[in-house]
Amino acid sequence: MSDAIIPHPAPPTHPIFGKLSIDAIPLHEPILVVTFIVVAIGGIAILALLTKYRLWGYLWKEWFTTVDHKRIGIMYMILGLIMFLRGFADAIMMRLQQVMAFGGSEGYLNAHHYDQVFTAHGVIMIFFVAMPFITGLMNYIVPLQIGARDVSFPFLNNFSFWMTSAGAALTMISLFVGEYAQTGWLAYPPLSGIAYSPNVGVDYYIWGLQIAGVGTTLSGINLIVTILKLRAPGMGLMKMPVFTWTSLCSNILIVASFPILTATLALLSLDRYAGTNFFTNDLGGSPMMYVNLIWIWGHPEVYILILPLFGVFSEVTSTFSGKRLFGYTSMVYATVCITILSYIVWLHHFFTMGSGASVNSFFGITTMVISIPTGAKLFNWLFTMYRGRIRYELPMMWTIAFMLTFVIGGMTGVLLAVPPADFVLHNSLFLIAHFHNVIIGGVLFGLFAAINYWWPKAFGFKLDVFWGKISFWCWVVGFWVAFAPLYVLGLMGVTRRMRVFDDPSLQIWFAIAGVGALIIAAGIGAMLVQFAVSIWRRKELREESGDPWDGRTLEWATSSPPPDYNFAFTPVIHDLDAWYDMKKRGHQRPIGGYRDIHMPSNTGAGIILSGICLVLGFALVWHIWWLVAASFVAVIAGAIVHTFNYQRDFDIPAATVAAVEDARTRQLAAGA
Amino acid sequence: MPADHSRFSAPMRLLPLLAATPLLSGCGMVVLDPAGDVARQQGNLIVLSTALMLLIIVPVMALTIFFAWKYRASNRDATYKPDWDHSTQLELVIWSAPLLIIICLGAVTWVATHLLDPYRPLARTGPGKPVAAEVKPLDVQVVALDWKWLFIYPEQGVATVNELAVPVDRPLRFRISSSSVMNSFYVPALAGQIYAMPGMETKLHGVFDKTGEFTGFSANYSGWGFSNMRFGVRSLSPAEFDQWVVATRASAEGDLDRNAYLKLETPSQKEPVRRFVASDPQLFDAVVNMCVEPGKMCMHDMMSLDAAGGAGIAGIGNVRQVTYDKFAARGTVDAARWSMRYVAAWCSAPVMSNDRPDAKPVSPEKLKGEGLPLPGKPARTALNAPAVTPPLS
Repeated sequence: MSDAIIPHPAPPTHPIFGKLSIDAIPLHEPILVVTFIVVAIGGIAILALLTKYRLWGYLWKEWFTTVDHKRIGIMYMILGLIMFLRGFADAIMMRLQQVMAFGGSEGYLNAHHYDQVFTAHGVIMIFFVAMPFITGLMNYIVPLQIGARDVSFPFLNNFSFWMTSAGAALTMISLFVGEYAQTGWLAYPPLSGIAYSPNVGVDYYIWGLQIAGVGTTLSGINLIVTILKLRAPGMGLMKMPVFTWTSLCSNILIVASFPILTATLALLSLDRYAGTNFFTNDLGGSPMMYVNLIWIWGHPEVYILILPLFGVFSEVTSTFSGKRLFGYTSMVYATVCITILSYIVWLHHFFTMGSGASVNSFFGITTMVISIPTGAKLFNWLFTMYRGRIRYELPMMWTIAFMLTFVIGGMTGVLLAVPPADFVLHNSLFLIAHFHNVIIGGVLFGLFAAINYWWPKAFGFKLDVFWGKISFWCWVVGFWVAFAPLYVLGLMGVTRRMRVFDDPSLQIWFAIAGVGALIIAAGIGAMLVQFAVSIWRRKELREESGDPWDGRTLEWATSSPPPDYNFAFTPVIHDLDAWYDMKKRGHQRPIGGYRDIHMPSNTGAGIILSGICLVLGFALVWHIWWLVAASFVAVIAGAIVHTFNYQRDFDIPAATVAAVEDARTRQLAAGA
Repeated sequence: MPADHSRFSAPMRLLPLLAATPLLSGCGMVVLDPAGDVARQQGNLIVLSTALMLLIIVPVMALTIFFAWKYRASNRDATYKPDWDHSTQLELVIWSAPLLIIICLGAVTWVATHLLDPYRPLARTGPGKPVAAEVKPLDVQVVALDWKWLFIYPEQGVATVNELAVPVDRPLRFRISSSSVMNSFYVPALAGQIYAMPGMETKLHGVFDKTGEFTGFSANYSGWGFSNMRFGVRSLSPAEFDQWVVATRASAEGDLDRNAYLKLETPSQKEPVRRFVASDPQLFDAVVNMCVEPGKMCMHDMMSLDAAGGAGIAGIGNVRQVTYDKFAARGTVDAARWSMRYVAAWCSAPVMSNDRPDAKPVSPEKLKGEGLPLPGKPARTALNAPAVTPPLS
């Protein structure tokens, strides 16, 4: 390429450091420098405390290398929570910028910084908050609900978690080394191509998602196999709890759609690294093909997120109404319908790219059709409450809030599915309000219901109700104060991702939205206080029975927290609400005749391999080719070495099982 | 608000009622109160669809609150049936009620999507104001640049940056493209948006039925200067528009030839309104074909070569001629350097236009099934029926 003219002076590639140099550290951004100092002080403090209390060995042996689905589930939830705080900090920064940048003011963020903030917010909230939360939830609950001792592939489970964490870590590193993408969360080319994003931001985006994507896909496979193969005897598919059903559908969607994301991002990285032209303007490349492909993943993705929570709402409604779930069969069919339909609607994300009227109508109508099974689900919850005896514990409160919030989000969603309406609302703040309406009102409210519902199962004590209620009201009110103005702004023709505004009459709406964000912040704060207070008062809040809510499904049959092996004897299922049925028939816990229990051994292979993948990702981002080669070889070699590890399982001796179960018998007797 | 009773007869009569609520008119909701027929129909459609959905949403919300209150645990008077979990009649209602709403909404969607297809020329400029056959729409060519908008008026021979002036009541026909990345061309007062994409051409038809000053912008994030990618839109009386053309010509800073375009293409923000004479009739087509640079092979040339089976080994040389972003994104290349490259001898001198003829205006009667054979009259079928033309008067 003799006359190659490079559009932007790309940093020279050093043989050892690649594109990495001291300039990559954003010392010119005071916000980032302060953030870094805070993070560094906090990090050092945590490391020091861990060292002081000699917790490293405990963490390594009991948590980092664990293959226990329960501990991995909890680690997923912690990952989701940490990333949620980061993603929410981004949201607050955007709200502040948008309320300031009026009347010629540039606000406090320059375009380079602001554009990274909204990109990171979207990516983090979807991939590193919502996904770990739902994966963690499914990991913890599904094996318990089907009476299994662990997932089908326990090591793979550990590896999946650490791959997701490695993806999150790479994304977080971009905050202090280099930059993140400035493209929006789906990184449409040509903007995300090398010609228009010559720096490392998009590379961080690609490799962060690719590494995490490996974890997501593998955990999807793992859970499908677990649900299909490890159900307790008697639990036919139509006797599975609804949460397990929705998890199954969600994981099928994961396995069917994440490879598309992986392939699409792989093509984009070929464009960026190898000079191919899949999505460029050059040589017949088509940026629209990227948009098409990414949404074939992207639309199922939103159903991946919401389906498990639909399951949560079903469990919660049935439990707290003290009643069988109304229309179990139609609930299952509705879930399956949604799963299938979610594959034939993706074009509604780009009605405005010039498809013909017939194509647009087709995808508009298929989108509306999804609202039929969704509506049926809503009615089923409604008629589960009908003639029930509803106890307003926190999980039920979240469920009612969900039902009232989600219908509005669903309605605006169907509205956006009408192509001519989409022409005026596409990319507007109305759209932003819509998907926050369904993701906060559906996914997050569902997660909060789930956390309050299953926390006693995981830790053996209930969550504090007072702080839980404060958090609940702050969230519900805060959500509407923050997003109702966005609906209005959308109808005023205000578009998304704006950094500065001309029209002063808009400012008041952004101010209201900002207040809403602060109320939500209070809700998050109250939730953290709720966790802290509950842990502090765990003795008073202790829950001995293992069944605090008069539950109906199998996870409530065992102790809280469950023993490593979940169930001393695999239960036999006779009815849909297995535990309710057992209680009704006067089930007696077996108190003798224990046998050795065969269990998988912990292994450090997952965290080590993922750690090397993190290095590989970092090296790829910065074009440090020797490190790419070295870490790639190390990953392959490490995986091969792990196959020679023959110490994969052990038996819990019957005596140990007996000791644990006898302790539980005494505990139950004391509580009775 | 004048709803068009001839198109959506019964349900549309509800619209004035709904749209008159003070909430909607109070805070400048341009999407619901625009200044053009297309946008107004789109706005009405939002209200209509919302009303249709509220038919089911409101009862659901009311029932949720009612059941939540009535069946609270403390209310021991309420019936409690812990094992009641099925009712075929209820299931039928549960599935069919949303289905019925979606059937209605689906029908509305099908009709409205075809009627308001941005690629179709307008059949009317307002309710009861059909477009006469001899009326030619005003052509405006739109190019999204980093980060400003270029409007070329081929008929008038002028071009502007960040200012779109058009005559009121005359159908407008936009041909839209982009120079580097994706944008979305959106004038909320006029009509819905359509993407502006490099190397591709999209189309939009619209019309203003009020004069006034409005705003347009890019609705798709396109990089650092995106927030300021706004332009003024002026809907003028025909006489004022003619004056505006004359004034634009008089105050032009020069001719928008290829070199001037390449200079303009360089990224810049907050560009003031600029005016040019546009004497090159092929500039827009060259932009779409990505061959504004002198000596660069146009995409359509490459395509016709490929269609003819390619140029064999010699074709490798052509590959260099069609790269666009890789070495010279956003007009960063010095135009003189392009001439260092050789011109493929088989390139056609004039740029081939991507402009395809518009589809025929769509007639609402056909979409609504009017004119289809009645069951008792098999002689007249959809196939042999005379074509329904839009009413002319």
